Amino acid sequence: MSTVVNHLRRGFYADSVALMRISRALASLAGVEAASLMIGTPSNRALLENSGLLVGEGVKAQADDLVIAVRAVDDSTATQALAEAERLLAGGAAVEAAAGITAVRSVPAALAALPGANLAVISVPGEFAAAEARAALERGLHVMMFSDNVSVEDEVALKHLALEKGLLMMGPDCGTALIGGAPIAFANVVPRGDVGLIAASGTGLQEVSSLLARNGRGVSHGIGVGGRDLKEAVGGLMTLAAFDALEADPATRHIVIISKPPAKAVTERVLARAAAASKPVTLCLLGAAEMDLPANVTQAATLSAAVEAVLGQPIEKALHKAEVVPRKGWLRGLFCGGTLCSEAQLVLIEAGVAVSSNVPVPGAAQASAPSVASHSLIDLGDDDYTRGRPHPMIEPELRNEHLSAALADPGVAVVLLDLVIGYGAHADPAGLIVQAMTAAPKGHAPVVASVSGTDGDPQGYSAQVACLEKAGVHVAASNAQAAALVARLLV
Amino acid sequence: MSIQKLLSGAPRVINIGLSAFSRELASQNIPVVQVDWRPPAQGKRHLAELLARLAAHESKIASANEEALKRMLAATPVLVDVQPAGKVIAGLGERVLLHSGPPITWERMCGPMRGAVAGAIVFEGWASDLDSATRLAASGGVQFHPNHHFDAVGPMTGITTRSMPVMIVENRAFGNRAYCMINEGLGKVMRFGANDESVVARLHWLADEFGPAFGAALRRAEGLDLVPLISRGLAMGDEMHQRNVACSALTLRALAPHLASVVADGEVLSKILAFIAGNEQFFLNVGMAMGKSIMDPVRGIEHSSVVTAMCRNGTDFGVRVSGTGDTWFTAPVEMPQGMYFPGYSEKDANPDMGDSTIMETIGVGAFAMAAAPAVAGFVGAGTSRDALGYTAAMGEITLTRNPRWTIPGLDFQGVPTGIDIRRVVDTGLQPAINTGIAHREPGVGQVGAGIARAPLACFEQALQAFAAAMGVRS
Repeated sequence: MSTVVNHLRRGFYADSVALMRISRALASLAGVEAASLMIGTPSNRALLENSGLLVGEGVKAQADDLVIAVRAVDDSTATQALAEAERLLAGGAAVEAAAGITAVRSVPAALAALPGANLAVISVPGEFAAAEARAALERGLHVMMFSDNVSVEDEVALKHLALEKGLLMMGPDCGTALIGGAPIAFANVVPRGDVGLIAASGTGLQEVSSLLARNGRGVSHGIGVGGRDLKEAVGGLMTLAAFDALEADPATRHIVIISKPPAKAVTERVLARAAAASKPVTLCLLGAAEMDLPANVTQAATLSAAVEAVLGQPIEKALHKAEVVPRKGWLRGLFCGGTLCSEAQLVLIEAGVAVSSNVPVPGAAQASAPSVASHSLIDLGDDDYTRGRPHPMIEPELRNEHLSAALADPGVAVVLLDLVIGYGAHADPAGLIVQAMTAAPKGHAPVVASVSGTDGDPQGYSAQVACLEKAGVHVAASNAQAAALVARLLV
Repeated sequence: MSIQKLLSGAPRVINIGLSAFSRELASQNIPVVQVDWRPPAQGKRHLAELLARLAAHESKIASANEEALKRMLAATPVLVDVQPAGKVIAGLGERVLLHSGPPITWERMCGPMRGAVAGAIVFEGWASDLDSATRLAASGGVQFHPNHHFDAVGPMTGITTRSMPVMIVENRAFGNRAYCMINEGLGKVMRFGANDESVVARLHWLADEFGPAFGAALRRAEGLDLVPLISRGLAMGDEMHQRNVACSALTLRALAPHLASVVADGEVLSKILAFIAGNEQFFLNVGMAMGKSIMDPVRGIEHSSVVTAMCRNGTDFGVRVSGTGDTWFTAPVEMPQGMYFPGYSEKDANPDMGDSTIMETIGVGAFAMAAAPAVAGFVGAGTSRDALGYTAAMGEITLTRNPRWTIPGLDFQGVPTGIDIRRVVDTGLQPAINTGIAHREPGVGQVGAGIARAPLACFEQALQAFAAAMGVRS
């Protein structure tokens, strides 16, 4: 009979990603069946209760309390797990202090500690994010908002405030930026260069900047605008502001805009602005129909095509050496990057493969899970999969479960994966994939993958590719090429 | 055009939330400060909303607070005299007792305060012994008022009656005066609730011999200017609440020649000098009167969110805010966390008590912990690094740094000054207080020292009243 214990730490707050990492470390201890560290908000308490993890003092937890919940085979194991949780919680502060990072509790104190601060990176829970962003803008700070679950009304108001003050308001839900060559949050180490990127998608920005870097071009700036910026309600406010800034920026010679197809009125506004620009512009609007374009504007159907449009030539050919042996069955696409999932769908559809997805592009069918009898491409970073769990870019564990299932399934013809490396991402995503492949039954389906990243990244592009290839993964030179390779097997 | 400025320069980042981002930015040598974010107002939504709504009145509040700070920093407190309390404090007549903290009735007084009340009644001769004094107090035969309502402050129990000599500090920039009785020394003393014959006898000596002599010396010296004295004290390792070694010595040094001149009898002089020299906390009461004289002119500035008083009576903690006038916002006092003298433990401790939190209100005491690493160990705050942490944390709930009172160990950064109730509620950082710990039974005295925290509830109530006064409602 297992036992559930709760320990309550009053007046304690930590970010949920840090808590999830500790939760995972506890859950991996021998004898621990489940473990969860959560701040005691009503919604978190409900999550704990539903999983049978809320007992004793945890029931009384408030929004400024931490609940440490453990289910284990016996009391002593549970107690040990609680002690381990305390040890890990203490570790974070020590690491910060050792890294010489000044930590304060309020923005005014932060401003005092860092004179001349110009950018606030905000990753607080969505319900609090707008207030923090407003305060930061009022203090003259540019904002990059990683937080999501911010209302569109707040987004519009914040962006208007930013424009009034001549500031950038990147996001909400913006995880990637390259400011003056500096990778912020989920971003790659790329050389400085002359290509300015504006992206409504973080992984789109990562794939394009990495492909440019691996093909000898550099990036001046990469400005994330958030997934909704080009929707009707927001009207491309930040895209246009970023465009003006890149147009005026002497280091930028070519501007690339990466987004899902914008609202019609917004498209017109963006086209009009692009037409008035003195610089060549590439529009990569994934899934958009072909448009009539001004002379200085080119349209690219995929991220990789956008890179080719900038380079003026095709990107390097596939790296894969071994021939992929085709077999019957279904495609399982398991993605960490939502935009990479969209791009793969577009390539497959273009090649005549009928696909389904939980985030379908025009022409793809709706699917909620990878186990249906179709060629499915699943974005595992979508909310349905990440509620209460870290994003698979940070913790690819979630994908490994699906990957193992796909490799054990004789009905699977081929598995298609994306790996996103760089700052913010997991320290060794290739290593985790290799783990799953090593454990898979003989004769499993072939695995095709691509890696978004560069050799400057902490994980190292070449090292990740070598690790995958050693395990028999077919690594393509880009996500689009990986999808094209898979398409050839299926058609 | 400032977007281009960002792009043409280099990012300097304030990271609010996920600390992993800070670590990665720091690893690339990108300047970053981590904000360890917590839900505002401890996740209490109605208070967070009030704070957000008050932000719309920022300019009004900011200019009121500027005025409050201007008055605090312009203060010119001078210790000018010692006189019997009844002679200088208007309204302090027969059968009136002043006590520390916000208003309280006999029924709700803690043990030490009741003990001090009985002792003071005997001292004044309103009853012949402690038992009848207690009966007199319990039967409504005396009136109780907070020191704070009479321009006065008192440490621990803070009991002040008309015949007790009080130090007088005059704030010459504003012309107001504030009062505090003379520190009785350590051991069995009235401020810790002791009330036996030795305590009463010492009070008589202070009233009859010490007070007049010390007052005469001060008059001869034309007062003792306290702002520069505190500056030197900070440089010598005092924080002026739990450690007053330097300031007490500086006071003695300044006044000894004058005492020698005004006291003819060598034996009397010797006793007076020995009394001051033997009491390392002698200066605390001077500092408290100074604090009160600094904060009184800051009271009643419309729209100012600056705290003008923090005090406790052993039962309740009270806070006053400039913009809400003389209203007390009270909550039960917390127990200090600290170190105990051998033979005592927290089981013996009385809850937090005294008007001495006026020291923290003006930015010294626990707020100046970085200046006094020796105190950090004494009050159980840990290492000298931790001492820096206290001052840094209090910097987050205050509006400015006092340029007149600087801390050498912080490269002469000033002490954190001007507690803003909005920041306290927003960050949930409770003002820290360095305090002595009294025994819970009257008459035993001090049993330890530690750190107490001002209850958040006082500041939350204050914020609601402050917002209401500005016409902002949640």
